[in-house]
Amino acid sequence: MTINDQKGRRETVAPAIELVGISKAFGAVQANKDISIRVMPGTIHGIIGENGAGKSTLMSILYGYYKADKGEIFIKGNQTTIPNSEAAIAAGIGMVFQHFKLVQNFTVLENVILGVEDGAMLRPSLTKARKSLTELAKEYELSVDPDAKIEDLSVGHQQRVEILKALYRHANVLILDEPTGVLTPAEANQLFRILQRLRDEGKTILLITHKLREIMDITETVSVMRRGEMVTTVTTSKTSPAELAELMVGREVLLRVDKKPAKPGAKILDVENLRVVDEAGIERLKGVNLHVCAGEILGIAGVAGNGQSELLAALGGYQKATGTVKINNKLIDVGGAFQGQNRRADGLSHVPEDRQHEGLIMEFTAWENLVFGYHHDADIQNGIFMNNAAIRDEAQAKMERFDIRPPDPRLKARNFSGGNQQKIVLAREIERDPEILLVGQPTRGVDIGAIEFIHQQIMTLKDKGKAILLVSVELDEVLSLSDRIAVMFDGSIMGERLANKTNEKELGLLMAGVKTGTN
Amino acid sequence: MQKIPQWADVVLVPLISLLLAAIISALVILAIGQDPVEAVKLMVIGALGSTYGWGYTLYYTTNFIFTGLAVSVAFHAKLFNIGGEGQAMIGGLGVAIAALYIPWPHWSIALLACTCFAAIFGALWGYLPAILQAKRGSHIVITTIMFNFIAAGLLNYVLVNVMRPPTSMDPATASFPPATHLPTLHDLLLPLGINFSRTAPANITLLIALLAAVFVWLLIWRTRLGYSIRSFGQSGSAAQYAGINPVRITIITMLISGGLAGMMSINTTMGEAERLILNAPEGAGFIGIAVALMGRSHPLGVVLASLLFGFLYQGGAELAMWMAIPRELIVVIQALVILFTGALDNMVRMPIEAFFAALRKSGDAK
Repeated sequence: MTINDQKGRRETVAPAIELVGISKAFGAVQANKDISIRVMPGTIHGIIGENGAGKSTLMSILYGYYKADKGEIFIKGNQTTIPNSEAAIAAGIGMVFQHFKLVQNFTVLENVILGVEDGAMLRPSLTKARKSLTELAKEYELSVDPDAKIEDLSVGHQQRVEILKALYRHANVLILDEPTGVLTPAEANQLFRILQRLRDEGKTILLITHKLREIMDITETVSVMRRGEMVTTVTTSKTSPAELAELMVGREVLLRVDKKPAKPGAKILDVENLRVVDEAGIERLKGVNLHVCAGEILGIAGVAGNGQSELLAALGGYQKATGTVKINNKLIDVGGAFQGQNRRADGLSHVPEDRQHEGLIMEFTAWENLVFGYHHDADIQNGIFMNNAAIRDEAQAKMERFDIRPPDPRLKARNFSGGNQQKIVLAREIERDPEILLVGQPTRGVDIGAIEFIHQQIMTLKDKGKAILLVSVELDEVLSLSDRIAVMFDGSIMGERLANKTNEKELGLLMAGVKTGTN
Repeated sequence: MQKIPQWADVVLVPLISLLLAAIISALVILAIGQDPVEAVKLMVIGALGSTYGWGYTLYYTTNFIFTGLAVSVAFHAKLFNIGGEGQAMIGGLGVAIAALYIPWPHWSIALLACTCFAAIFGALWGYLPAILQAKRGSHIVITTIMFNFIAAGLLNYVLVNVMRPPTSMDPATASFPPATHLPTLHDLLLPLGINFSRTAPANITLLIALLAAVFVWLLIWRTRLGYSIRSFGQSGSAAQYAGINPVRITIITMLISGGLAGMMSINTTMGEAERLILNAPEGAGFIGIAVALMGRSHPLGVVLASLLFGFLYQGGAELAMWMAIPRELIVVIQALVILFTGALDNMVRMPIEAFFAALRKSGDAK
């Protein structure tokens, strides 16, 4: 059944999923308040909202992870209850989680049949799955090597396995939770083609995201959630990114950053011939040369995995490297992997790419995190002890200045939303007044309101005459924040452009490793 | 948001776990045809009913505080130190060397010096596995277990071939000189007008154990080193980002952990036996793991859990002596306590969490 002419059929076809008056509270927090939504079959329906708006809770209710306090669920017009995920699967609902649930050292086939084996022996199930996978691959252009181990697959292919898992379980409705958070732009485009194909074949897709662009590009209908409530559901073609952003946040949002022209001063960071060889002996950085001046932002663009992470780690002092690195004309030792303290002493601060595994300790409180890496600083010591009272006071002040919510320094980092976690890292690194700030993926997994705030903070720091090295896989972000842009490909800088004299197309070519003329 | 109130987490959960362990223990005692009520009475009276009983309970408690703290410190760096037993044995060797070969004028100076020797020897026995883990990636669980056997073998050799008095048939050192004998709780409490049992082995080392608990609390929650240890334990990658050297933290943590385990030997070797014997720790190194688990690696929790296990040890010994309950059953009871408080913690915790969630909900509804 193909439903491209939805309008004519809307009245006659029962919704693939209809939720009526769903409410769910966790203690005092009302995560979902009286939510009603109709998802028509054969459409891509977007659900957009900031972190903490209740999107994931709603989907968890639909997938049987949580039980709603109130409300009804209809699937194809029939009222049902979904007490657990088995029931959801039986009802034809499949879910692709943000963090994949795959066994790393199993093959694709083994992962696909996991939990739905036909009997005690694996062979018949595997044979059946292999046949089924071949058909699915043909039908939806979802080709993956069935015998490859998950750990050998790229992130994009792992995601395909998750989709295949759902389809193998006969899912008619596919829920994808922030599917592009881990993908490169090219992989994201591939995913969208797959989703469109699935829709054309009659599947219903629920896409949960906070990226406006994805909503505009591939959804037909979009529902906006804010603070546990369903604000509205609109036809995508009749809305605009600016309107959606405003609906999400509840106020007008600046989607463009106000960038003042750079007044570059002295060279703060000077990198020559920086090389990194990883543990497997593979050269990750192949002689990088770059410099950053006071009062300017150098953006590093590139597809993830082309050496940006190693560049940040080497400059941040936790990746062995060779080459000449100078901060304020002072030669820096890059040969060690535990140089973080020395870097901070030399005036280099670093907002790392991965806030959950590097920037923060999730089990530590906010105040402990707000001093992380600076815990040797003289002003917070009290003899041989740390002056915890002073650290807490300072943390409280930082949390207020950076509008970190809730402003409770004794809360563990894991209890903050992604945006607020990022603000904790940013507050820590900026407030220690660095000469140069390294920023990796400043807005990854961060909601729109926080993105605006984080961009403003970076801009303010630049206007104060600090040097900033920005690494981001979001080309939009690099373009809108940077003064100069260097493009990395395969461990080298492919070229450097002035931000106001280049465009996405030119940078895209460089990101793909194609050399063009310089400006 | 806290899932359950703190008091429930710290008091209610362990209490219910203990209750469950007690109920099953009672069933086992019933099954072998004995009276569980009588057994409980006997245990309580035997362990807590007299200063003699208290003297033994606190003696065991002292041992467990040291080894429990040792395991806790390592836990904070996510290092699983199973080697408390060996570290305590080697710590005892240090005590014996200091007590026998150096003439001490007074027990207080001897205590200070022997404590240092015990800590240094124990730390050394923790240092080797630490180096192997930090530099060579040999897993510390495996190496510390192995080092227990090496310690036992080494001690056996030293006691039989080197430190045994030539006329003795016993694989033990000569008795320590009287100047190194530590005051017992009887000696300490007499000036306060309390007539504590003269024969019970509890001694001044208990105070050192309590001081060690305060030291560990300060170290872990008040110093940069403790902060670094906890950072490293929670997230190795984040610690590296912050410039914390994993090799250094692993080694320092294991030195402290081994030192604490080694200090246990003051109690057994200097305080009780007054000479070094084979297998002086008597499994206290392993009980330390259960104590640390039950005490959630917090010094206060460790002290309380040590008291409980001290009670179980002494009460169990009384049971074996006065009832037709075999010694092995005492081990079963101790194992049940470890099982319920350590391994099956979540089994008790989850219903309690659900209970508090329901309580909150009905509170909201009103």
